[in-house]
Amino acid sequence: MLNNSPIFLDYASTTPVDPRVIEAMLPYFDQSYGNSSSIHQLGQQAENALERSRLTIANIIGARKDEVVFTSCGSESDNLALRGVAFAQRENKSASHILISAVEHHAVTNTALQLADLHGFELEIIPVDKFGIVDPEEVNKHIRDETAIVSIIFANNEIGSINPIRKIGQVCRNQGVLFHTDAVQAAAHMPIDVNDLNVDLLSIGAHKFYGPKGVGALYIREGTPIFPVQTGGGQEFGLRAGTHNIPLIVGMGKALELTQERIKERNDHYSKLRNLLFSAITDSVPMTRITGHPTQRLPNHASFAFKDVDGNTLLMMLDAAGYACSSGSACKTGSPEPSDVLLALGLDPDWALGSLRVTLGQQTSSEHLEGFLDVLPKLIHQVRGLGNPN
Amino acid sequence: MQKQRVAVAMSGGVDSSVAAALLVEQGYDVLGIMLRLWSESGQDNHNRCCTPDAMAYARQVAVQLGIPFYPIDARNVFYDQVVEYFIRDYMKGITPNPCIRCNHNIRWDFLLNHAMAFGASHLATGHYARINLDNDRKRLLKAVDEQKDQSYVLHVLNQEQLSHTIFPLGEYRKEEVRQLASDFKLPVADRGDSQDLCFLGNGDYRDFLTRHSNGITTEGEIINLQGDYLGQHSGLAMYTIGQRRGLGISSAVPLYVLEKDLEKNSLVVGTKNQRLKDRLWAENVNWVSISPRREPIHASVKIRYKSMEEHARIIPTAADKVEVTFENPIPDITPGQAAVFYDGEYCLGGGIIQRSA
Repeated sequence: MLNNSPIFLDYASTTPVDPRVIEAMLPYFDQSYGNSSSIHQLGQQAENALERSRLTIANIIGARKDEVVFTSCGSESDNLALRGVAFAQRENKSASHILISAVEHHAVTNTALQLADLHGFELEIIPVDKFGIVDPEEVNKHIRDETAIVSIIFANNEIGSINPIRKIGQVCRNQGVLFHTDAVQAAAHMPIDVNDLNVDLLSIGAHKFYGPKGVGALYIREGTPIFPVQTGGGQEFGLRAGTHNIPLIVGMGKALELTQERIKERNDHYSKLRNLLFSAITDSVPMTRITGHPTQRLPNHASFAFKDVDGNTLLMMLDAAGYACSSGSACKTGSPEPSDVLLALGLDPDWALGSLRVTLGQQTSSEHLEGFLDVLPKLIHQVRGLGNPN
Repeated sequence: MQKQRVAVAMSGGVDSSVAAALLVEQGYDVLGIMLRLWSESGQDNHNRCCTPDAMAYARQVAVQLGIPFYPIDARNVFYDQVVEYFIRDYMKGITPNPCIRCNHNIRWDFLLNHAMAFGASHLATGHYARINLDNDRKRLLKAVDEQKDQSYVLHVLNQEQLSHTIFPLGEYRKEEVRQLASDFKLPVADRGDSQDLCFLGNGDYRDFLTRHSNGITTEGEIINLQGDYLGQHSGLAMYTIGQRRGLGISSAVPLYVLEKDLEKNSLVVGTKNQRLKDRLWAENVNWVSISPRREPIHASVKIRYKSMEEHARIIPTAADKVEVTFENPIPDITPGQAAVFYDGEYCLGGGIIQRSA
């Protein structure tokens, strides 16, 4: 039977919506259901909710209200940042060079690749160290006069490593180049202050921090040249057309507010559990490595590579044993490939295919982890016994 | 008490979907697994049993039944253990049955091991066959629906494998299975049966061999039993024993392929009567339902999946070798195919045909 109450250890993939967030959203489905562009009172109520949520988010991240643009998800925010800025920069100052790191989310990588392949931009990829971290000096070396935008991920989804965004932002600012960061993972665990971070654009998505799926935001510093990607009505300062999804936008504001409360206390709790995972798993499973940086990483994020293990099979066996986890090469069709991010760390394929990501969240208890730590070494031993299909 | 866990091999077809549904109904803790098998590059959408489309059906069925679904990457092991042998056997002038090899080396090895690793005590498949327990021995029986019976391709299983296997469809007729699919409201109720070999996709095995094996189309002579030259053939692998059409030679009486002479690269043809043989020798014999025999026994024998049973005497000549003598001569005994022995509804065992006389 389908295990309907598996222990969820995959909070980096998504999170359950906080009941307080659901409560905040509910009136906007069937009571204040107006279109925020309408003149009448229902429309006014909707517009009010929209702008209150925008203000909440702006206040939390240290932005001005009109620097926050709502989108449908973190990926759309990344798309708007790269595509919108790249085209504007080329139009305005013939800048057509794009810099990203080797450990970006696909939303950034594939957008940049398309800009290069179809639209004639020149894409350069900045290497990372063995922990998956970008050296600001490397960024400095790669920036040119014609660089349109630099995009470096804040905290990586697969390996949890946190990049020195503040320093990279400073480098870009010194060179007068626009800087975007994908903070989709980071926003759930780190204080976000766009001024302190020296960023010009920053992407977030609500469902990573106990908000609803289907809504995200892009911070765009005032004066940043950017073209819309989705055109139509004049919503979102003409940068993102389409009727506002008010309930989701309200939910995102509430969720970010709740997430950024007591952040330190929660992170201390997560780090303790995570460090327990690190020591227990490296002790109990032979031929194991931690992927990503051991300490400069998301507090709730533990990731591993096991030599000669089919990571996909391990995930299925964990699921059958009642634990929902993820990996760097998760594949639903039985044909896994090692992920680009793990290969960028210099891992051989016989390690990179055996990756496991365990991410903790609000519902995680130490009892859950005890059970998990009891099961995992046995399952890895079994998977190794099945032989490596690759 | 914890329910017994069974892994059901799903293909997205009617049979395995109904098998899964029956197991759920019988109260097992069921999980669905599916082999991702090898297909020619560029033809990923054509493997008949594990295309993305078939997998989508299997997933839908799993969700509807409330069971988890796990696809297992078996591409490399399937290529090494099945496809490569398929090509090699044809090169050797014999006609393999890759389904038997797949059952032996993939399903009841690689897949069964995975099922066990998932915590299952049994592997279930949608095969039409039955298993009974009789005097502490597991016995393989024909399906109730003899038209659909698949014991022929399952004769390679051993006692250990049988004791970890369930065939939920063995007691049902195909029409009943279709009806069950519709009663269970499975989205696959109207899907057609799979035919032919999964990795050939929609193509012909001859085209496949041509693409995968150099020299398989080396021309040679067509001769009769007297050695008279009758024409040219376009590669021995392109012909099957008993084939009549497409030989490209003219003759007063119909001529059939009798055998392949690999050494001389010649195709031997003959008349209808010359096809008849009354003895064959088989190796790799597995006694699936009975203890290995040393003395001759009487049995009915099938020499290919869809052939009639013929009365014969099975004479063990070594631990895993037999000589089979038929009461009446039969046509087109084909090396590489299995000779499978039956006693009524019991499948006794079988082996791979080496030669005939």
